[in-house]
Amino acid sequence: MPRVHANPAIDTAVKLALAAVAMFAFVFVVMVPLYNVLCDALGINGKTSGQAYTAAAAGVDASRKVTVQFVTTTNAGMPWEFRPRSAMMAVNPGASNEAVFLARNPLPVAMVAQAIPSVSPSRAAAYFHKTECFCFERQPLDGRASVEMPLRFIIDRALPRDISTITLSYTLFDVTEQT
Amino acid sequence: MAQGPAKGIGRWLFTTNHKDIGTMYLWFSFAMFILGGAFAMIIRAELFQPGMQLIEPAFFNQMTTLHGLIMVFGAIMPSFVGLANWLLPMMIGAPDMALPRMNNWSFWILPPAFLLLASTLFMEGGAPAFGWTFYAPLSTTYAPPSVTFFIFAIHILGMSSIMGSINIIATVMNMRAPGMTYMKMPLFAWTWLITAFLLVAVMPVLAGAVTMMLMDIHFGTSFFSAAGGGDPVLFQHIFWFFGHPEVYIIILPAFGVVSQIIPAFSRKPLFGYDSMVYATAAIAFLSFIVWAHHMYTVGMPVGGELFFMYATMLIAVPTGVKVFNWITTMWRGALSFETPMLFCIGFLVLFTIGGFTGLMLSIAPADFQYHDSYFVVAHFHYVMVAGAVFSMTAAVYYWLPKWCGRMYNETMGKTHFWISFVGFNVTFFPQHFVGLAGMPRRIPDYALQFADFNMISSVGAFIYGASQILFLYNVIATIVAGRPVSDDKVWDGAEGLEWTVATPAPYHTFETPPKLAPAPAPA
Repeated sequence: MPRVHANPAIDTAVKLALAAVAMFAFVFVVMVPLYNVLCDALGINGKTSGQAYTAAAAGVDASRKVTVQFVTTTNAGMPWEFRPRSAMMAVNPGASNEAVFLARNPLPVAMVAQAIPSVSPSRAAAYFHKTECFCFERQPLDGRASVEMPLRFIIDRALPRDISTITLSYTLFDVTEQT
Repeated sequence: MAQGPAKGIGRWLFTTNHKDIGTMYLWFSFAMFILGGAFAMIIRAELFQPGMQLIEPAFFNQMTTLHGLIMVFGAIMPSFVGLANWLLPMMIGAPDMALPRMNNWSFWILPPAFLLLASTLFMEGGAPAFGWTFYAPLSTTYAPPSVTFFIFAIHILGMSSIMGSINIIATVMNMRAPGMTYMKMPLFAWTWLITAFLLVAVMPVLAGAVTMMLMDIHFGTSFFSAAGGGDPVLFQHIFWFFGHPEVYIIILPAFGVVSQIIPAFSRKPLFGYDSMVYATAAIAFLSFIVWAHHMYTVGMPVGGELFFMYATMLIAVPTGVKVFNWITTMWRGALSFETPMLFCIGFLVLFTIGGFTGLMLSIAPADFQYHDSYFVVAHFHYVMVAGAVFSMTAAVYYWLPKWCGRMYNETMGKTHFWISFVGFNVTFFPQHFVGLAGMPRRIPDYALQFADFNMISSVGAFIYGASQILFLYNVIATIVAGRPVSDDKVWDGAEGLEWTVATPAPYHTFETPPKLAPAPAPA
């Protein structure tokens, strides 16, 4: 029940103050999650899903080949060596493919890394399904150790026909301090 | 008998009088205008010639950042809040603002906020240097340590703005004189009412953005850090969701001022009062759905670019309604060209130019060329300076005689206008050309082919800056020793309740509500 003050202006002010608080909360509980949901759902910004793709195989489209290029970058201050075993592969939509990425920690101390993917053209992101990816989890690595990191993916058969090349870019971040 | 003001410094510290608080807002914002202007002078001095001349690039970046922040949050916004404080109660026949103690607070937390912001200049690592838009990760990962003080300054001035606007809404909604319906309010009250709603809606969004920055920097979250699953582009969306309504927060009260002054010196009622109200509301609504036109180049889907492009162009319709209404108000009016009217006509011409360049920028494919160039700098100075600052100057000349009971020096006022008008255009018109030719904004040095236009621009800036000293002198000279005026209606064409009280306006007005003349709406 609304409180009725002798001065109606105080009622107005209380309502407006609540509106301001609600807008502050709106940023955290609506805008941020909504942005992430929209980016995932629509593949905006070249964001791919953070979860493994589990749909049943729908058959291989042998009528066309799509070139998939791999680009690797290490973020500023990240000393690891990080590269794909092969920089490019030609795949059929619908087929399951495997690529391998190599990482080496040149420092004598153990570190933890996180790879962040991005797909270009961003329109293709929604059709790039990863069934297994090292980017789903953080990658710890002992000092001077190296590791082979697998990526299994399927290009959706519904990929628009005008897209013949997809670039998958990984940026490797140092998250040692956050773990 | 009404109680007069208290004596000494306590009058200003503890006052709950809307006129005192309005005066403090106006002086504070003028001080910030001079400070932000001084930073602009440093910028233009460095850009007078190509090559590094006077200051270090890092300091240059601090200057552009602080110039923007201080002008937007310290000069323009508080100046219009001051105007609202002085005028709204007098325009709607109320004795004071609805919440006078909160009014005192909303002013007095402002100076500490800007002290905090200005103090970052003397800190290790220097002041914030990431532009007034403070995009992450420049403002998080790569920010100087002083960014935390910047964040708290934004929090405080945001609270001040929210409190001020709550007060304005509460006043306009609850304290209008009997018989003054919403559609009989002066247009300045309408534009401020809508502006205040915009402020309540988006200042908390800005507070949210800086709070996320604070958490990213100090508490290990990753809202804007890709390493932790966040996204720097999210920052731009949140910032401009605040930032675009913000530009209408700045310009709508200016529209209100112009809608009061042009009829007075045309000796005709404002043309199309109702359409002015609806156009203001339409602009306010549209301001919430166009934010991404500031970020066409981040890699949005084509559908998004088209939506934001068309929505942005739509704003030209209600804005055009306003411009044509002002022109039609002047049409066949008994015009006279006192200083406030000159500034309003200057506003009309130059704001329209700024609106047209805005339309050019709204075209998504063309914007890729204009983005982050001096063309953008020219555009927003045409709407911010020739829009907001010119109308604010007009307001001071128009109401100053009512406030202090003394007339300013008309010759000096007109001189101020012409020097401002010429200086402003000499400064900013050439920036269109260098921008189109490819000169990026926020750089301390530039390619040689831009040298001549930059020199012209700097000369104009010094002229415009100097003309504000003339303004300051004229205002002080008026208050101290201006020719006394005693007519309630200082201007023969002025309409509205504020011209029915004595001149100079007594400390307390409308302690009993005025009886509205059974005249038609001030349409």
